[in-house]
Amino acid sequence: MSTPQDTPPMGRHHAPESPTAAGPRAGNGTGTALVRLINAGKRYGAVIALQDITMEVSAGEVTCVLGDNGAGKSTLIKIIAGLHQPSSGVYEVDGEPVSFNSPREALDHGIATVYQDLAVVPLMPVWRNFFLGNEIKKGPRIDIPAMKTMCKDELLAMGIDLRDVDQPIGTLSGGERQCVAISRAVHFGAKVLILDEPTAALGVKQSGVVLKYIIQARERGLGVVFITHNPHHAYPVGDRFLLLNRGTSIGYFEKSQITRDELTGLMAGGAELEQLSHELEGAGGAAAEIGAVLGEEVAELGIADRPAPAAAPATESDAR
Amino acid sequence: MAQTAQAPVAPPPRADERLGRKSPVARMLARPEAGAIAGAIVIYIFFFIIAPPFRNASSFSSVLYVTSTYGLMATPVALLMIGGEFDLSAGVAVTSSALTASLFMYEFTTVAWVGVLVALAVSLFIGFLNGWIVIKTGIPSFLVTLGTFFMLQGLNIALTQTITNQVSSPDISTLQGFSSSRVVFSGSFTVGGVNIRTSVLYWIVFVIIATWILLRTHIGNWIFAVGGHAPSARAVGVPVGRMKIGLFMAVGFMAWFTGMHTLFLFNTIQAGQGIGNEFVYIIAAVVGGCLLTGGYGSAVGAGIGALIFGMVNQGIVYAGWNPDWFQFFVGLLLLGAILLNTYIRRRAEAAI
Ligand SMILES: Nc1ncnc2c1ncn2[C@@H]1O[C@H](COP(=O)(O)OP(=O)(O)OP(=O)(O)O)[C@@H](O)[C@H]1O
Ligand SMILES: [Mg+2]
Repeated sequence: MSTPQDTPPMGRHHAPESPTAAGPRAGNGTGTALVRLINAGKRYGAVIALQDITMEVSAGEVTCVLGDNGAGKSTLIKIIAGLHQPSSGVYEVDGEPVSFNSPREALDHGIATVYQDLAVVPLMPVWRNFFLGNEIKKGPRIDIPAMKTMCKDELLAMGIDLRDVDQPIGTLSGGERQCVAISRAVHFGAKVLILDEPTAALGVKQSGVVLKYIIQARERGLGVVFITHNPHHAYPVGDRFLLLNRGTSIGYFEKSQITRDELTGLMAGGAELEQLSHELEGAGGAAAEIGAVLGEEVAELGIADRPAPAAAPATESDAR
Repeated sequence: MAQTAQAPVAPPPRADERLGRKSPVARMLARPEAGAIAGAIVIYIFFFIIAPPFRNASSFSSVLYVTSTYGLMATPVALLMIGGEFDLSAGVAVTSSALTASLFMYEFTTVAWVGVLVALAVSLFIGFLNGWIVIKTGIPSFLVTLGTFFMLQGLNIALTQTITNQVSSPDISTLQGFSSSRVVFSGSFTVGGVNIRTSVLYWIVFVIIATWILLRTHIGNWIFAVGGHAPSARAVGVPVGRMKIGLFMAVGFMAWFTGMHTLFLFNTIQAGQGIGNEFVYIIAAVVGGCLLTGGYGSAVGAGIGALIFGMVNQGIVYAGWNPDWFQFFVGLLLLGAILLNTYIRRRAEAAI
């Protein structure tokens, strides 16, 4: 367990001054990253959704982007996916600065995105969804038997055993749908896979299945950007972690630089959580109990800005 | 042997234990046109019993003819609905096309075929404009085409009156190229003593082409996708705008084809006709299993929907009823079909 002030070496600074200052490349030494953002920012009119973000993804690595609701996670991946262009900063693919005008251009560079809504058409059969936009042709026709077989095989290779690839994809479970969308991106030669909160709507077991596919994709040599607000999902699969809060980076770590508890603590925002526990305790009744538990957790995680030991009882008497 | 060499790793087809056996009947019921087929059989039996003349082969030939006049247009209208859009201007667009052709060839005294080609260009342009406005503005096609419906209707009547001082187009039967045009668009032939119009054959051919496109080509895949969930289609690289504009233009094309058929059959066109037919086309598509929300349906279904209309339209005559009952039947059919479709689809989905 680390002590409260023992933040990791590259800890809580806002985005680094120079692109290489973050330095996590030291770890792999493969040279250029597949995808890199340097001091990138995005404004929607007067709204600054993202500011000064530097991050990268290399082959065979999972970069996790963590942050609360509205932190700018979706905005970040929309930039990488070619849906938006950064309003400031540089976006590089394979070391070359790029400027995508459409998701299709990003796709052509091997950057595939599985959106929160999965980009599937619910009423269409699984295999038609799988090959949508990339149909196998046989003259002017599409090769239906080949597509069905290939879809079934590809899903099996990812460990998804579907009853019937002819069933409408809308009838699959959320986890199965997510896995079909991921294996589709992998099948069509994605080099970089971007997953926007793939586990957000899933139960514990299904989340585990999706995490397994993330690891499989990494083992196939893909670079994965995994967006989530759950540090317990991110930590086991991630190689790097970018933490966002209100549109700015509050930390960018390699796995060796941070423990899961520290990650959780940073995510929760130690001071904010402590504040919340005080407010809840002040409210009395059941809320006070929750507040007390929160206070204890804050203390245990070592993220409070005051001495940790015996924090819980002290907080309780303070509030009264 | 070559086949085994090509697919050495293909696993033997095996039944999945989680998959209950589907009887052929259940598979049939799961198709979008299942309800329409059931309805068509019921209506056929109904008129077969109450209207003796309905049983003749020649009567059935005229049922098929009426069917084809609706069915030609119902086919692209169904594709458009599967693609998630409506075209309320489809009925008057047929008249616009026929008027354009006849007024052009008559006023400029050209060979009939010149007017025919001008009308084709105009019809495709109307379809393009409908689609383009829908795509560019994002306004529901229901509203956009309601606007073009009134505009076309106004143009049809106003321009015809301005040019000819009448409410119908002049007789074009004396023009050069008329008879060859008539052979192409409005011919007929006799089989076993029964006269059959070529429009019936055209209709069947167009239904087959549309079905083939829908189920066997990537264009069909894209039509289902843009109607089922356009943002998803766009995200995987389907050109949503171009697909939809193309579908509106397909309706334009068929409005032209149907317009030419009518023109060369009657030599003259009433400027006010065609109003209300857009609903017949849409209802035929819905009766045939197209979802109003898009992304689901079939061209064969729309064809059977049109057949139901044809049977009712003629059946009422053969039964000796007042033709005004037709409208009542149209409404009843629509309601019945929607109820039946909903019921069957629920059952089919429960079977999945
Ligand atoms: N098109 C837009 N116009 C204006 N503001 C926007 C737009 N899109 C996003 N924002 C704002 O940018 C901020 C970041 O939004 P974003 O969707 O990236 O958050 P997120 O981290 O993905 O949140 P969640 O976890 O809820 O998905 C939010 O404050 C949001 O209101
Ligand atoms: Mg989001």
